Amino acid sequence: MSVTLAPKVDAGPRQAKQPGQRRHLLWTVAAAVLILVLSYLLPPFRNYQLATVGAYLCVTAGLTVLTGLNGQLSLGHGALMAAGAYTVALVQEKLAGRGQWTLLVAVLAAIVVATAAGAVVGLAAARLRGPYLAGLTLAVAVLVPAIASTFDKTFNSDQGLSVYVDPPPVALGAAFPYERWQAWLAWIGALLTVLLLATLVSGRFGRALRAVRDDEAAARLAGVNVARTQVLAFVVSAACAGLGGALFAVLAQSVSPGAFPLSLSLFLVMAIVIGGLGSLAGAIWGAVLLVALPALAHSVTDSIDVSPAVAQRLEGNLPLALFGITLIVVMLAAPGGIASLRPRRRKA
Amino acid sequence: MRRIWSALAAVALVAAAAGCSGDEGGGGSGGGNVPGVTDTEILVGTHMPLTGPAAAGYSKIAPATKAYFDYVNANGGVHGRKITYKIMDDGYNPATTQQVVRELVLQDKVFAILNGLGTPTHTGVLDFLKTNRVPDVFVASGSRSWNQPDKYPGTFGFNVDYTVEGKILATHVKQTQAGKKVCFLGQDDDFGRDSLAGIEKILGPVAAKQSYVTSNPNVGPQMGALKQAGCQVVMLATVPGFTALSLGTAAKIGFKAQFVVTQVGADLGTLSKQLGAAAPLTEGLISANYLPLSTDDANPWIQLYKKVNAAHNGNAEFDNNIVYGMSVGYLFVQSLQAAGKDLTREGLISTIEKGGFQGPGLAPLRFSADNHSGYGGEQLSKVEGGKQAYFGTPFETDDGDAPVAAYTTAPAAPPANGIPAAS
Repeated sequence: MSVTLAPKVDAGPRQAKQPGQRRHLLWTVAAAVLILVLSYLLPPFRNYQLATVGAYLCVTAGLTVLTGLNGQLSLGHGALMAAGAYTVALVQEKLAGRGQWTLLVAVLAAIVVATAAGAVVGLAAARLRGPYLAGLTLAVAVLVPAIASTFDKTFNSDQGLSVYVDPPPVALGAAFPYERWQAWLAWIGALLTVLLLATLVSGRFGRALRAVRDDEAAARLAGVNVARTQVLAFVVSAACAGLGGALFAVLAQSVSPGAFPLSLSLFLVMAIVIGGLGSLAGAIWGAVLLVALPALAHSVTDSIDVSPAVAQRLEGNLPLALFGITLIVVMLAAPGGIASLRPRRRKA
Repeated sequence: MRRIWSALAAVALVAAAAGCSGDEGGGGSGGGNVPGVTDTEILVGTHMPLTGPAAAGYSKIAPATKAYFDYVNANGGVHGRKITYKIMDDGYNPATTQQVVRELVLQDKVFAILNGLGTPTHTGVLDFLKTNRVPDVFVASGSRSWNQPDKYPGTFGFNVDYTVEGKILATHVKQTQAGKKVCFLGQDDDFGRDSLAGIEKILGPVAAKQSYVTSNPNVGPQMGALKQAGCQVVMLATVPGFTALSLGTAAKIGFKAQFVVTQVGADLGTLSKQLGAAAPLTEGLISANYLPLSTDDANPWIQLYKKVNAAHNGNAEFDNNIVYGMSVGYLFVQSLQAAGKDLTREGLISTIEKGGFQGPGLAPLRFSADNHSGYGGEQLSKVEGGKQAYFGTPFETDDGDAPVAAYTTAPAAPPANGIPAAS
């Protein structure tokens, strides 16, 4: 019997296909306007954080489809992000200075590479269940530094590669803040991802995902190809992780194995659980938490006056502790995650 | 989809709120329009490995620099301004460095980044600092990347670059260990590569070379390979933790060789602490340095630094990391004094390019418009009877084909009050 990771509560029927799709599009446009306004209101560092949320959202959205809707646990999404990020670095280096379009090529290449990697892992994953699946994906996550130092001619070991990114287009004005441009880039990726995933999971594919998660035998009897669904879920989720990793490379203008440690993969899983497993709204909450909690921990260590030695110890560990506490509190108060909390009264 | 929307709206609210509070926090630059500079304060930031694989020893550097600034502040500051030094931990992880330096520059709006530590870490933020026109001074690493005035006009080194150091150490090996089999173990990045380049300029190709990465704290295979190759002299381009690891691993597999170690990985205090009971393994270790050694109580600089350490650094255990940190602080105060009352980012950079700084160093500082590298030479040191001491004379050279020559100018004495005068 497979281990089911997701709550079985929200597998209800979905709205009819046509109006649903149009509504997704409308919401996405509204969200895009919101982000656009935000990017003008926020100071540069907040814009950078906003961009980081966008990059995380690509990954958490993909992961929540895999883990929440299809019940496959992946502890290796950090490695798939690394695949995307390194691809961007290598492609950008080859095409540097030819114009803005190279970034699109690099990001598409990143998605292709991550998808291919995801397909390989997914093929193996479809044969594994529960802890064995977790073990396999964990091994993938641990591989990254070893690959980077074994092929150090290409990946430059722990030091990593720098990523060439063009400055914002001149058409936007000479004084256009770089961080706003980064926020735009990241959220174009994030909103497209959410739109595509929302459309995808509200249709036949989404039903198949949930059916496989809830009962493989029943799904098979109903004519769903279980193995294919599982591999496809992994591939879709890997493509999202590749896009997220690519955006991270663009934001940081560098890639290194240290940016994709095992803890990142674990944090991603924790984030979607806290946010609300299986819902894209939960993925948004998760992405926000991934940025907000470490920042919060940092400002806490900054504001309390303790000896340098204690501050030093808090610095590295407080985000972990905060994440743990948040996980416990949310699971106690709202087992369905933050996204399952609904305001009692509708507010305007 | 409605829930997605409400989540996004909530996010927007949170972000807007955070944005407002961030504005209040970062917008305190007072009357002038130079970031990080007010009539009473200069805000400077740094990134340091306070945790992680390179924290051993290095985590003491920034607190020592801060202690020196506190000493200067207690004595009236620089042109009436007090220096605030914001230290951020990056764990020697290039990805984290990206984060913390952005925070320092974009959110805290620091005037300059001072003494950011690490070759792999700092390399990744060069472009970011350049696009934001932030002075990036006295980088705590000996990579040659800091010395590219055309490409990175605001970046200056501090350490002797690893190639210069490699040439000086290799010259000593060539003179005293002629005919021996010389091998190399280095960090798998520009640090190791630059060092090896200097060594091979003098000695030709080494008999065997190995590399390590800081994320994998095991040098068993590497030391095994060097033993197998019959190495008699091993030159290390390692951070302190990995110097200790190499010495310990070699002893464990019964591999005896003369170890010759880069300055950044050879502080005896740090190594002894790492090795614990095995500290005697450091006996005979050859290294080099360009600052007074912490054990040299007769040196007036050491006396000054010990005074500052007692008054402002909680009397931390005094080692070469503290000497290093305070020397960085001294040089930075020197530059600020020389830059004058009307402090600007461009002014600081052009002041440093004028050069002519005299300080604790045994070798010359070479700053000029077309040279942004730090110290230009070193004196050899050896561990004997559990004490690290200099021998011979200081040498100077460059990262090219200049010969390794003796440098005879005596170091300057510190000013009476320990604070460089305004010029």
